[in-house]
Amino acid sequence: MNEAKSNFTSRRILLASPYIVWVAGFTILPLIIIIHYAFTDAGGAFTFSNLGLIFSPIHLKAVMFSLEIAISSTVACILLSYPMVMAMRHLGLGKRTFSLFILILPMWMNFILRILAWQMILSNNGILNMILSWFSIAPLKIANTGTSIMIGVVYDYLPYMMLPIYTAIMDINEDLIEAARDLGAGSLTIFLKIILPLSLPGLLSGIVMVFVPSMTSFVISDILGGGKLQLIGNVIEQEFTTANNWHAGSGLSVALMIFVLISMAFTTKEHKEGRESVIW
Amino acid sequence: MKRFKDIISGIYIGFIAVLLYAPILVLIVESFNSSRSRVTWGGFTLSWYVKLFNNNQILEAFITTVLLAFGSAAIAILIGVPGALGIHAMGRKRYKTMMALTNIPMLNADIVTGIALMLWFVHFIPLSFGSVLLAHISFNIPYVILSVMPRIQQMNVSIYEATRDLGAGPVYAFFHVLLPELLPGILSGFFMAFTLSMDDFVITYFTKGAGVNTLSTMIYGQIKKGIKPEMYALSTLIFVLVSLLLSIGTGISAKKEH
Repeated sequence: MNEAKSNFTSRRILLASPYIVWVAGFTILPLIIIIHYAFTDAGGAFTFSNLGLIFSPIHLKAVMFSLEIAISSTVACILLSYPMVMAMRHLGLGKRTFSLFILILPMWMNFILRILAWQMILSNNGILNMILSWFSIAPLKIANTGTSIMIGVVYDYLPYMMLPIYTAIMDINEDLIEAARDLGAGSLTIFLKIILPLSLPGLLSGIVMVFVPSMTSFVISDILGGGKLQLIGNVIEQEFTTANNWHAGSGLSVALMIFVLISMAFTTKEHKEGRESVIW
Repeated sequence: MKRFKDIISGIYIGFIAVLLYAPILVLIVESFNSSRSRVTWGGFTLSWYVKLFNNNQILEAFITTVLLAFGSAAIAILIGVPGALGIHAMGRKRYKTMMALTNIPMLNADIVTGIALMLWFVHFIPLSFGSVLLAHISFNIPYVILSVMPRIQQMNVSIYEATRDLGAGPVYAFFHVLLPELLPGILSGFFMAFTLSMDDFVITYFTKGAGVNTLSTMIYGQIKKGIKPEMYALSTLIFVLVSLLLSIGTGISAKKEH
């Protein structure tokens, strides 16, 4: 019996073989190739200079600006998500499918078009300023600034923060909250001592899903930054499309990857295994 | 007090809904705007919808996008679901390694994934529809595995093994025991993969060859010259159609929950 069982298990592992081949071919191999490009020059000689490019003043400026956008957008997403999830909980909008529906549906309108729509809303003679003028409020001048990039980023990635936090909070056992309330805890105490700690795995997934793409996006900054404000994503894209320097572009990509991995290691250190499901 | 909280909750949800759907509303309005200029309203028209069906370029990009989304999601399921079953059977160490490798494409920035795949492709295969398909399968598989894995962890694998011990063939056991258990995970994985593939721009942009266009890359190419209003019409049609299908779908599953 035992033998039969281990037989099943070992045969079941074989099911993963196509995937293992896939990972080797399409996850590991591309990484090896990009690292190879990053550490060689056009002649094929070994060099650190591509990686070092990230420290040149102009690139460093782009990195700092990307960090500023990424950190502020991630924080804004967190601050917008918790009240939303709590409100959904409060109103009993607990239907998982319903909330998934509301949050994912916007993705069915092409994201570049949606960002272009934000450009129409935020531009100096755009829709927002038109509405403000009805109330005789002075027009906002946020077109082509970091603020408008941030609005686009927050808009685009908000669902990726809300969904994991929502999943984590909806999984909390209602009895815990009832017990705390019976023992005299107020709403704030319940939130700080029960809901927030238990939602941490969801929060961490959310941070990972929002921070990395918001740091490296180049389309949003292209459109909402008016082409003048450069994120590190824009710099890398131009190395490949206009400058045609693949080694430099790869060097910057690998530097970015190392940076992201380091910052993620700090964020996910507490992320215990067994909760992989938290994203959806 | 409770009423007050209800009102605040309602207002806040409304605020987020406005934030999420305002740009979509703008695009839908644009699709009926007879003025080619995006900022002025020139009166209501349906002509962009008529012109859309004569614009072969846009229709071709649409077909490419849908084929890509459908093909990559389906193949991701075929590789990802057995992959998840196999990984689940592995020992602790190998399980952790495989899950870490699965997380790489999700953790890596899209631009890095796209460039790395492009550098790989240019050496071995022509950049074409095929290379984009391979790239989309690659970023779809992790989402499939992550939506199926919790299902596998919840189910009792012994039931499958018992079915087999009692003489059921692997095919019978798969369709009658395994598949019903895994189906919700497979469906949500497929839906996620399909949506992400439809909406992807960055990875497609780097791995596509000349002449291949998805809706995203076509729209990106039109930004400087101005978006063709037919594009707003097509996006509106897709959006309305998917909203309808999803509402019906959610309606059905909500009824099942009761």
